[in-house]
Order: sequence, then structure tokens, then C-alpha cells
Amino acid sequence: MPVTGASRDTDARTLTLTASFDAPVERVWTLWSDPRLLERWWGPPTWPATFTRHELQPGGRSTYVMTGPDGDRAHGWWRFVSADPPHRLEFEDGFADQEGEPDPSMPVMVMRVSLEERTGGGTLMTVVVAFTSDADMEQVLAMGMEEGFTAAMNQVDGLL
Amino acid sequence: MVVELGEREEADRLFHALADATRRDIVTRTMGREHSVSDLAREYPMSFAAVQKHVAVLERAALVTKRRHGREQLVRGNVEAVRRTHELLDGIEASWRDRLDRFALVLADELARRPDPTDPTDPT
Repeated sequence: MPVTGASRDTDARTLTLTASFDAPVERVWTLWSDPRLLERWWGPPTWPATFTRHELQPGGRSTYVMTGPDGDRAHGWWRFVSADPPHRLEFEDGFADQEGEPDPSMPVMVMRVSLEERTGGGTLMTVVVAFTSDADMEQVLAMGMEEGFTAAMNQVDGLL
Repeated sequence: MVVELGEREEADRLFHALADATRRDIVTRTMGREHSVSDLAREYPMSFAAVQKHVAVLERAALVTKRRHGREQLVRGNVEAVRRTHELLDGIEASWRDRLDRFALVLADELARRPDPTDPTDPT
């Protein structure tokens, strides 16, 4: 199990996951930079992804399609906000129409990825996930951590 | 668990409804017991109409239900919808955990297949 931590941060309004890998940063980076490697893990086994475009550079775009068990196809797009190989990348991830053009009615998420050398070798990867399609949406990701909301949830757990 | 299309749309709608401190507070307050809209309006520095508008947004997202009792409108938090929102957040986290598990498998496979660190796809 590579995941070493997961947290919802009220102040930063994000979901953060950290994972540890026994491989140098450069090798870990190739799983992001090489579309043939990327598509082996991005989509779940039931909805495998195929990347039809992958421009890992600031302003660059990627397009992919995920195919479901019944042949349903879900198109997605990325836009790279920044890229600093082999340590950092930031991109928007959203749904696209059949032509791979962004669908403005659908939610957009922002992913911030950083790779750092682990003391004694290996790589620590941090993925920060944030909602952006509504200015305040990021805040909602953190709501599970808010005191009032947590209390309400405990109340709910007590009721059921 | 995978956050698929429908779920993400649902999450978007629920999150939009909850993307406001007042609305979150209304849900929290009305979870345990019903409050009238006029009771709620006294809790916030805003007009009755503004609070009523917030309640309407929550009602559309099924986060609260409203019923009329005499001259009062009574609001109650929908336990199931809040629970569902919580599950969707958990789902986003779970889908990333699965994704990182797959990431580790692909990486291990690549290391076994090409142990030479001077990988031709290496951007450095």
C-alpha cells in the first residue's frame, strides 16, 4: 500500500494524499510523462483510459477517453498550469465532449503533484486535489473537517 | 470505488449547495430538529428573504425538506443527503487511493522490466 497519508485541510481547502515509492524521482516521473505508462494507472480497470494527446508542459493539453464495461465512453481533458520535470506538475482535469473539447457545464478539478526524494532513497509523492468549478467549492471539500459539520455527522451516525 | 460521471455531477450539485457558510450552518442546525424559517432568519445578519433563498437552494439539492405548519415554514435537514455528501467526499479519496495503488504496481512492473536507470523516456 503506497499511500502513507490522506487529509482534508480546512484552511487550504483541499484533499491531500501522500504516497511513498521505492524508486528514484526520475523513474516515478515517467509514470506521469509517458502517456503509455500513464494510461495503465489513471483509469480504473473497469474504465481504462487511453490518452490521445499528452503535452506535459505549461499551457499544454492532454485528452483522454475512458471506456466502460458496456462500451460507454467518457472523455476527459487536462490543461497543464505548470510543469517542472521531474519534481512538480499542476493541471486541471475536466470532462470533455466527443471531440475532446472541455464541457463547461461539468466540474473541473485541479491536481497539484510533487515528487521529492525520500531520505535514504525512494520518492515521496504528494497529490493535492481541489475543486474549482465554483469559487467556493474548494471550501466544501474541507467541510467534513469543520467542527459544526463534524458534530452534525456524529449526530447523524447516532441517529442511524 | 470510482467517482464516475453521475457521481461527480451529483457531487457538484451538492457541493454547490453547501459552498456557503450560512447554508452549511442551516443544514447543521436543522439536522437534529425542525426550525422555522423565521427562527433561522434571527440567527443570521440578513433578511428573511435572503435566508429563504438559501433554504430554497438547499431544498433543490435535497439537503433539507420544508413543510408548512400554520403560518410557519418548518425546515429539517435531510440526514440521508448529508450522509451522501460525506460518502462522495470519501469516494473521491478512495478513488485516489485505488489510483495510487495502481501507480505503485505499474512502477514496480516498469522497474522489473527496465532496471537500467538511463531510461530513454527519462526527460532529464
